[in-house]
Amino acid sequence: MKIQILGSGCQNCMKLAKNAEEAAKAKGTECEIVKVTDIKEIMSYGVMQTPAIVIDGKVKSVGRVLSVEEIKKLL
Amino acid sequence: MWRKGHFMLKFLADSLVYTLMGIQPGTRLGDTLHFFFYDTTKVFLLLITIIFVVAVIRSFFPPERARKLLGHRREYVGNFLAALLGIVTPFCSCSAVPMFIGFIEAGLPLGVTFSFLISSPAVNEVALVMLWGLFGWKIALLYTATGIAVAFFGGILIGKLKLEHLVEEYVYQIKMGEAEMAVPTWKERIEYAQGYTKDILKKVWIFVIVGIGFGALIHGYVPMDYVLKYAGPGNPFAVIVAVLLGIPLYSNAAGTIPIVQALVGKGLPMGTALAFMMSIVAISAPELIILRNVIKPKLLAIFTGIVAVAIIIVGYLFNAIL
Repeated sequence: MKIQILGSGCQNCMKLAKNAEEAAKAKGTECEIVKVTDIKEIMSYGVMQTPAIVIDGKVKSVGRVLSVEEIKKLL
Repeated sequence: MWRKGHFMLKFLADSLVYTLMGIQPGTRLGDTLHFFFYDTTKVFLLLITIIFVVAVIRSFFPPERARKLLGHRREYVGNFLAALLGIVTPFCSCSAVPMFIGFIEAGLPLGVTFSFLISSPAVNEVALVMLWGLFGWKIALLYTATGIAVAFFGGILIGKLKLEHLVEEYVYQIKMGEAEMAVPTWKERIEYAQGYTKDILKKVWIFVIVGIGFGALIHGYVPMDYVLKYAGPGNPFAVIVAVLLGIPLYSNAAGTIPIVQALVGKGLPMGTALAFMMSIVAISAPELIILRNVIKPKLLAIFTGIVAVAIIIVGYLFNAIL
């Protein structure tokens, strides 16, 4: 499973990445977490609000820092 | 209901300060404390309810929707619609870059994009709540209408100046993808609104308390008409100074409005006060720094200049008619 965190590297993006990591660990899911900071790539997902979370190529949430619990539900 | 709430809050502040603390009404300390407790409870109640309602409304207007709605609009109608959408679309300066690129990529004229960029931070829910709670709904409404007008005319002017070449070139090369986003359920909207309200409160509560505290001190201890001498109608430059002062102040929007309200009580004209508050929220250093990623310094300066001048005009206009 591949999780991508889209965002310029602001505080919220880092928080979201950390929550994703925790969620994956808690669920025991094997996954790779990648931070996408390049604006061209971010826009290619059709996203206008950051941070956004993309799981296996699908945009799951935009403009919000999801909690660990919320991410667990997505995995 | 509004009147009832007002009496309830007044009763609470009365009993807390005059009965429980045993401070005499009419004394400076009594007035100051009463003002503080009455205003903080009122503002926090308003913040919680209004921000929650606004957040639910916002869940219906993601920027992707604004992009679709504005995509084929021309000037004027587009500027007006963009100014309105700026109010209901959630805006965070951290998303200013992808929003800007998304709009330009959808073929929005630069001026229409700027109408959105002006109204989105200028008419924000925290400022509205503070204005409503401390100045009443008429001033809050006047502020909103003014914000829309500044965004409308500012955007049109930027459009007429034909400044497309002052946008960073890479912006025009970006191709945006289509995201398939599920429509949220009502449960999700409520959860989003709860989270949003909590986030905003966490950010502003300290400013609200400090701001109202300062306001209460001014209210209780600064002599009547003190401000009138320096920033009243006798000083023709007051509006300009107020707007220039307001540009670098941002994060304290929640804290400044109570202080401004106290100053109005001491003779600060309403137009000057409105101009000051609008310049605080409409133009902010962090937003300008982020926008620098997509537009060149010259356009940044033109944008700041146009908005500042528009707010100054509004300030003088209201001083003349209010």
